[in-house]
Amino acid sequence: MSGDHDASFLKPIGDFGDGGVFSAQWWRGFRTEVWRWATTLDHKKIGLMYLCAVLFAFFLGGVVALMLRMELFYPTMIVDVTDAAGNVVLNDAGEKITKTTGELFPGWTSSKGPVTSNNFYNRLFSLHGALMVFLFIIPAVPAAFGNIFIPLMIGAKDVAFPRLNLMSWYIYLFGGTFAVYSLLMGGVETGWTFYTPYSTSTQWGSVTSMVLGAFILGFSSILTGMNFIVTVHKLRAPGMGWFDMPLFVWASYATSIIQVLATPVLAITLLMLIFERTFRIGVFDPALGGDPVLFQHFFWFYSHPAVYIMIVPAFGIVSELIAVHCHKRLFGYKAIAFSSISIASVSFLIWGHHMFTAESPAANVVFSALTFLVAIPTAIKVFNWIATMYKASVTWNTPMLYAMSFLFNFSIGGLTGPPHAVLSTDIHLHDTYFVVAHFHYVMMGGSVIAVLGALHHWWPKFTGKMYNDKPARWMALLVFIGFNVTFFTQFFLGTQGMPRRYATYVPEFTTLNQISTMGSWVLAIGLFGHLLIFVQSLVSGRKAPPNPWGGLTLEWYTDAPPVEHNFAHEPVLTHGPYDYDLVVPPGWDPADYPLPDPELVRKAHGH
Amino acid sequence: MTSVSVETTNTAEPHETYVHQHHWRNADDEKDAAKLGMWLFLGTEALMFSGFFCAYAVFRMLYPDTWKQASDYYLDWRIGGFNTLVLVISSFTIVQAIRGAQLNKKMMIFWNLLATNICALTFLVVKIGWEYIPKIRAGELPGAFFTYGHGPTGTTHDHLFLGIYWVATATHGLHVLIGVFVIGWCMIRTMKGQFGPKNYMFLENTGLYWHIVDVIWIFLFPMLYLV
Repeated sequence: MSGDHDASFLKPIGDFGDGGVFSAQWWRGFRTEVWRWATTLDHKKIGLMYLCAVLFAFFLGGVVALMLRMELFYPTMIVDVTDAAGNVVLNDAGEKITKTTGELFPGWTSSKGPVTSNNFYNRLFSLHGALMVFLFIIPAVPAAFGNIFIPLMIGAKDVAFPRLNLMSWYIYLFGGTFAVYSLLMGGVETGWTFYTPYSTSTQWGSVTSMVLGAFILGFSSILTGMNFIVTVHKLRAPGMGWFDMPLFVWASYATSIIQVLATPVLAITLLMLIFERTFRIGVFDPALGGDPVLFQHFFWFYSHPAVYIMIVPAFGIVSELIAVHCHKRLFGYKAIAFSSISIASVSFLIWGHHMFTAESPAANVVFSALTFLVAIPTAIKVFNWIATMYKASVTWNTPMLYAMSFLFNFSIGGLTGPPHAVLSTDIHLHDTYFVVAHFHYVMMGGSVIAVLGALHHWWPKFTGKMYNDKPARWMALLVFIGFNVTFFTQFFLGTQGMPRRYATYVPEFTTLNQISTMGSWVLAIGLFGHLLIFVQSLVSGRKAPPNPWGGLTLEWYTDAPPVEHNFAHEPVLTHGPYDYDLVVPPGWDPADYPLPDPELVRKAHGH
Repeated sequence: MTSVSVETTNTAEPHETYVHQHHWRNADDEKDAAKLGMWLFLGTEALMFSGFFCAYAVFRMLYPDTWKQASDYYLDWRIGGFNTLVLVISSFTIVQAIRGAQLNKKMMIFWNLLATNICALTFLVVKIGWEYIPKIRAGELPGAFFTYGHGPTGTTHDHLFLGIYWVATATHGLHVLIGVFVIGWCMIRTMKGQFGPKNYMFLENTGLYWHIVDVIWIFLFPMLYLV
């Protein structure tokens, strides 16, 4: 509370007095600034710290994914069998013994001794899954973008419970530390799902600490969700009714409900898994009369709704991107808003479709039927977005390209869902690359693409710098091509019967696997290109105007980057979030940004 | 940045000069929000324990005889019943403490909070002294510490019942212990005069938390002791 209401919340970064870099004065300023960030209650700073952390987790998970694809570049290979010391083992006749394997990373050792490459591959994909799910994608949109933008979009000064917000950030870091610790101590090879009885019986690696990490991360997620629900209920600006809220807020609200209702069940499940491993309480142990399938029920009761924690906020982002960059009132605002809520409700009823091969046929029929329900609200959203774009004056910049990319990928991801819900086809596709391709189309092609779109859409707002749009558009294209090459091939692999989670495959699958691996390189180049563009923007980017795209939601009404308390005066809402036909966007000059045809936009606004 | 600044010359009780946090429009909004947040938290607590209830229900359905015999053999309903009574009394006293804040009677808050904490500690002492320690001595901890062969059914299912008993009651006991500290903190704040008719939000939320701890026990008691 310095009273400095006009100062940007990011202002003092890197500017620590006149003493020059590394002088005593600089260090003093540096320490003060680090302490100020570490103890900040400002939702924007906490959100930015989350953003850095989740992007770092994304980077780690991405590197691991590239390694996985490298391993799968070649099919099985014949290699000499070696002992722990690396010497070639000979049989009684003095001949070399060979074995068939997909070893690309042979001879890696961990703190627990040498690892075979199959074992190493198991740890890699478990690590990829756990990092991407628990550390990246679940907190990515709610905790990072939600933290920065929900209070801004509803015209609040902060979230409802700022101290709780800071606490959940530290809980996230604490849980992340456990995850990194278990990675260093040999990792896990159970997959991110920790299925029993393997996870309770394996002596390999550090399953307990990894599970404990996920347990702790869950609390961070619960507290964030609680905070946002109360924020949305109680801190909306004067004049903002429920149906004046931007759709990103609606989506985040639905997500928060899922977080609050589902995550406690995960917490107790993982806690029982920890007890099972440490004390052998027997709940999941068939030898003691326990039931390992019970774990699957508990786990998916959380983890299926968690799928919607990952994708529903992405829907919110896409609604914003399409409305702002089409400069047009969103078609079917209420339908989109309610579809988020109905997805959240249905998500709790369909966990059993992860277990079609592990539960009774009667339950299968019920879960199969319920699973189809979720396609309805999802399709409502997609049709409304497309209807919004019809006859709109679309600005083809990077965020809009990502919105289009989302629509394309997500439609494929969504439409390959029903084949899994149909029992007869699911038995065939179960545990194949078709499943891998399907959920990557939704998670990566949907959520990650939306996160990239959101980064470009809101980058000028939270950094105060413009990025170079032209190369970013090319990189968006590379990401799109790379992603589709990587994962579309996997649909074919899956239907032809390549099972997931194997380090090796039969030679017939070589071509498709190699195309997929090359696609992952294109994807990596695209993502790395984005990183360079963002770094260039931070170093020498043009100062961003407050409203570069001409948005009407409240975050565009404040400076870029926002002032410390978000708004110089408490905003009073006088129009809906997408009233482009009634209101001229505030502080917006089409000349601020090279639009394709500013006149066209003006005409669209009726000026 | 919580911005609670009290004038040094002000002789009023602290609760009378309560200043809400800067991002709220007024103290009422803040209070409503705190209560809503607390109710959401109670929901998460209920859902968390529902995992135990669900596991319990599944295995009771699978092994109904074991459940009946193990409950009779391992657990004494009188101890559980006494603890239930103690918790119900504590729920009453904490409500009286909140009433004390509404009536602006400082000592009424304090004595009721003290009574609540004595009940909570009684619960823990009875639980540990009369149940946990004898069980540990008798080799009835789960896992490696379990001594097979003298249970009621003589099968591993005894162990399963005890497994659920231990994790569910220990998790609940941990909640009681946390409650003891939070109520203790309330007592300190009471003596500083921070609770009064206009500011008893923290006290009320503590009461809500204490009620959920109580309610969970009221479910656990018949499930485990009165099968």
